[in-house]
Amino acid sequence: MFEIFGIPSNALFSQLLIGLINGSFYALLSLGLAVIFGMLNIINFTHGAQYMMGAFMAFFLLQYAGLSYWWALIVAPVVVGLFGMIIERTMLQWLYKLDHLYGLLLTFGLALIIEGVFRNYFGSSGLPYAMPDSLRGGQNLGFMFLPNYRAWVVVASLVVCLGTWFVIERTRLGAYLRAATENPTLVRAFGINVPRMITLTYGFGVGLAALAGVMAAPIYNVSPQMGSDLIIVVFAVVVIGGMGSIMGAIVTGFGLGVIEGLTKVFFPEASNTVIFVIMAIVLLIRPAGLFGRTA
Amino acid sequence: MAVASDTIAAPEHSAEGRSETIAFLIMTAVLIVAPFFIYPLFLMQALCFALFACAFNLLIGYVGLLSFGHALYFGWASYLAAHAAKVWGFPPELAILTGAATGAVLGLVAGSLAIRRQGIYFAMITLALAQMMFFFALQAKFTGGEDGIQGVPRGKLFGLIDLASNNTMYALVVVIFLACFLLILRIINSPFGEVLKAIRENEPRAISLGYKTDRYKLVAFVLSATLAGVAGGTKAIVFQIASLTDVHWTMSGEVVLMTLVGGLGTVFGPVAGAFVIIAMQNYLNALESWVTVIQGVIFVVCVLLFRRGIVGEIAHLLRIKL
Amino acid sequence: MKHLISMAALAAALACGSAQAQQLNVKIGVMSDMSSLYADIGGPGSVAAAKLAVADFTKDHPNVKVELVSADHQNKPDVGSGIVNKWFDSENVDMVIDVPNSGVALATSQVASQKNKLFIVSGAAASDLTGPKCNANTIHWTYDTWMLANGTGKAMVKTGGDTWFFLTADYAFGHALERDTSEVVEKNGGKVLGKVRHPLNTNDFSSFLLQAQTSKAKVIGLANAGGDTINSIKAASEFGIVSGGQKLAGLLVFSSDVAALGLQTAQGLSLTETWYWDANDVNRAWTKRWQGERPGKFPTMIHAGVYAGILHYLKARVALGGNPDGKTVAAKMKEIPTDDQLFGKGTIRADGRKIHDAYLFEVKKPSESKYPGDFYHLKATIPAAEAFRPLKEGNCPLVGS
Repeated sequence: MFEIFGIPSNALFSQLLIGLINGSFYALLSLGLAVIFGMLNIINFTHGAQYMMGAFMAFFLLQYAGLSYWWALIVAPVVVGLFGMIIERTMLQWLYKLDHLYGLLLTFGLALIIEGVFRNYFGSSGLPYAMPDSLRGGQNLGFMFLPNYRAWVVVASLVVCLGTWFVIERTRLGAYLRAATENPTLVRAFGINVPRMITLTYGFGVGLAALAGVMAAPIYNVSPQMGSDLIIVVFAVVVIGGMGSIMGAIVTGFGLGVIEGLTKVFFPEASNTVIFVIMAIVLLIRPAGLFGRTA
Repeated sequence: MAVASDTIAAPEHSAEGRSETIAFLIMTAVLIVAPFFIYPLFLMQALCFALFACAFNLLIGYVGLLSFGHALYFGWASYLAAHAAKVWGFPPELAILTGAATGAVLGLVAGSLAIRRQGIYFAMITLALAQMMFFFALQAKFTGGEDGIQGVPRGKLFGLIDLASNNTMYALVVVIFLACFLLILRIINSPFGEVLKAIRENEPRAISLGYKTDRYKLVAFVLSATLAGVAGGTKAIVFQIASLTDVHWTMSGEVVLMTLVGGLGTVFGPVAGAFVIIAMQNYLNALESWVTVIQGVIFVVCVLLFRRGIVGEIAHLLRIKL
Repeated sequence: MKHLISMAALAAALACGSAQAQQLNVKIGVMSDMSSLYADIGGPGSVAAAKLAVADFTKDHPNVKVELVSADHQNKPDVGSGIVNKWFDSENVDMVIDVPNSGVALATSQVASQKNKLFIVSGAAASDLTGPKCNANTIHWTYDTWMLANGTGKAMVKTGGDTWFFLTADYAFGHALERDTSEVVEKNGGKVLGKVRHPLNTNDFSSFLLQAQTSKAKVIGLANAGGDTINSIKAASEFGIVSGGQKLAGLLVFSSDVAALGLQTAQGLSLTETWYWDANDVNRAWTKRWQGERPGKFPTMIHAGVYAGILHYLKARVALGGNPDGKTVAAKMKEIPTDDQLFGKGTIRADGRKIHDAYLFEVKKPSESKYPGDFYHLKATIPAAEAFRPLKEGNCPLVGS
C-alpha cells in the first residue's frame, strides 16, 4: 500500500509516517476522553493514569500470568475498564448534579493517587516490556525502515477508532447513547437503564486509554509518569478538535500527530509546544474548536 | 450576629463585614506572634503560597472560573523577579513589582485566549497554555533550565533595610501579604466584585442586564494573575531561587488543592489551605514518597465529602461569612 | 531499638574508659529524590546504603553515635534548599549527603557554605560543583558530567567510534553534556557530524533517531537523562539502529536504567560508571547486604558513593573529635587518604573532587547474561588520574592559580 508514495523526498515521508503513528495514540486517547465527556460531562483527568495502568497491566500479564501481548490487548482494557467502572459507581456518580469542575478535581486527585501508588511499588525508572516476536523487525520501504510494530499500531488504532465511530454514530446502541446525553429522562422513559449505560460508557472510554497503554508498552518507557505529561497534550488536542464529534477527535488526533512529526524535522526545539501554539490559534479563529458545535 | 443578619438586609452587610474584620485582626495578630514560635522560613513560604491561593481563589471563588494553569504567572513572575534582582541589580521592591508586571502581562495574553471558552474548556486551555510556557522556561537561557536561577540576592529594601536576616524578611512578607489580602477583600466587596459574583451565578443573565461579562472576566483574570505574580516574585526573593518547580503543572494543581482544602469562595479559606498543605509538605517528611498519594486522597475526600473546605465548614457552623 | 543500640554503645564506651573513647554524636541527613525521576538511582537505596555505612562504622567505633535522617527533595531546588536550611538551622544536622539532581545539589551546596556545614554529593552529576561553583564545604564523591563525557567519549573514539551524532535534551544540562562530550571527541581525533535538540520528556524519539540514522555517524551520543534516555534507546532498538551498525553511547545512564530497559533492548549500549555491583566479590557481598533492605533491586554507583562518603566523613570526624565546623571537616577529609571496600584507595582534591577509577561498560546480550543483574561487559578501565577533569581546568576559586 505504500508504493503510491513514489515521491523522492524520502525523509519527509518517513517523518510524516512517524507522525501518523504518534497521532494514533493521540486519537485513541482523545477519543476516549470525548466519549466520556459526551456521556458524563466530565473531563477525565485520570485518563493518563489509566493509560499507564494499561501498560503496566500488559507487563503484569506477561510477567506473572505468562499471557502474551495479544492477550494483554484484550485483558488489560477489560480489567482497567472494570476498575474505571468501580470508580464511576463509587465516586463519580455523586458528582453529576454538581458543577462539572468537581469531576475534573476528583479525577485529578485520583490520578495523583494512582501514579503515586505505582511509583511507590514499582519505582520510577520503569519496567521492561519486550516486543512480541511476531511484530519484530520491519519493512524497508525504500524511503525508510518501517518497524512492523509501528505499522500495526497505526492500523489497529484506525480500526478501533473507526469502529467506535461506527457504533456511536451508526447503530441503535449509539443512538441511545447520544439520546441519553441529550435527554436522559426521555431515554429512561423508553425503558433504558441510563445509569448503567453511563457506567459502561465510562468503562469503555477508560478501556480505550488502557488499550493505548498496552500498545505503547513495547515502544515507550513503561513508567508511572508516562501518562501525566501526555494527558495535557491530549487535552490540547481535544480543545483543538472540539468535543462535538467523535470523528473530530479522531481526525484531530491523527492530524496533530503528523504536524508534530513535521515540526520535529524543521524545528525540533518546538516539537513539544507546537500543539499548544495551534491550540491558541484555533481558539482565536474558531473558539469552539475545529469540529465543535458552539455552546 | 446570625440573628441580626436574619432580620434586615442592611445590618446583614455590616455583620458579615464584622466577622471578616474580626477574623482579619486575629490573622494579623497570629502572624505577628508566629515567628517567635515557628521557623520563619516556613512561615514565609506558607504566606507566599497563601497569597498565591488567594489570587487563584479570586477567579474560582468569585467568577467561577477554574484556572488549571496558575503556575504560569507564579512561576514566570518568580523567574523575572529573580532575574531582575540578580542580573539587573534591582532592589527587592522593584524586583517584586517586576514579578507583578510579568503576571499581569501573561495574564492579559492567556486570559484573553482562555475566556473565549467556559467551564471545563477554560480549565483545559489554561492548563495547556501553562504547559507551553513551561517548555519555554525549560529551554530559555536566562532561566537556567533544571538548575533555575540560584543565589538571588535579597538586597536592601528601598536601599536602606537589609533583608538578609530572616526576621526582617518576614516582616516585609507579612506586609506584602496583608496589603494584597486587603486589596482582594476590597475587590470582592466592591460593585465590581458584585458583578463578578453575578457572572458566576448566571452569566447569561448578567449579559442580558447589559454587562460586558467578557471584560469583567478578563479584568478579574489579570488581577488574579498579577497577585499570583506578586506571590511568585516574593517567593523568589525570600528563597533566593527561582526554579522549574514553580512553573510546572503540579504547582497549578497544588494551588487548586490549597484553595479546595481551605474552602472555595471563602476569603480566608485559601490562607488556611496553604498553611495546611505547606505544613504537611514540611513536617510530614517521614511520609516521603507518599506525599503525592496523600494529596490525591485529600483531593478526593474534599470533592466527595468536604466541598466547603475547612474555613467554609467553620463559617457554616458559626453561620458567619469568612 | 535505635535508642537501645545507642545506649549499648554508650555503655560500651563507658566500660572502655580509655582516653580515645570520647563520645561523639553525629547527625547525617540523606536528602534524595524519594518519589520520582531519580528515586531508583538514589532514593530509598541511598538511605539503605547510609544505614550500612553507619552500622559498619559504629561496629568498630562504639563511642560514635550516628543519627540518620532522610528527606525527599522532589527534584525541586526550592524544596531542597528549604529542607537543608531547616536541617542546619533547627535540627543540628552536621552533614548532608546524596542529592541526585544538579539543580538541588547546587542549591544545597550554597546553603552548606553559608551555614558552614558539610555537603557530600553522590547523586548529582554537574561538574560545576567542583568547578566554578565549588566551595570549601562541598565534596563531590561518585561521578560527574565531565568524567562521563570524557570516559565514554574518549573510549568510544579510541575503539573506532570516531564520528558522532548527538541527541540532546534541550536544556542547560543536556547542552553541557553535549558540549563536554563534543570537546573530548574532537580532542581525540573524532568528528561531530550533527546534533538534534529534543524537548525534555519527549515520548517518541523515532523521528530524531531517523535524523541520526541518516547522518551515518558511527556513534549516537545520548545527551539526555532518565525517561528520555530510556525512550530513545527503546526506539533505537525498534528502528534497528544498533543492529544496523551504529552504536549508542549513553552519557548519563545507570544500571537501574538498564534494568528498566531490559537487556533485549539495551544490548550494545556503551556507558561509563565508577562502580558496578558485579565487579568483584567485595561488591557482590556488599550488594547482598544492601538487598536486605531493597530486595530484588541492584545498587547503583550512587548508592556505593553514599556508603563510602559516609565512612570517610566519620573517619574524619573521629580524627578531629569534638564538634568542628564544615570547613574543618572538609579539610580533614581532603587531608587523609580515602580507603574503603567499594572504591578502594583514593584521594579528595582541593576542589572537593574525589578521585577514583572509572569503567567503560557495554551492556550484554540477553544470551550472555547468566543471572539477574548480570548487565555489563567491562570494556576499559580509565585510571583515576585520567578519569576526572584536571584540577587546573575546573576554574574552581579554591584552587590557587
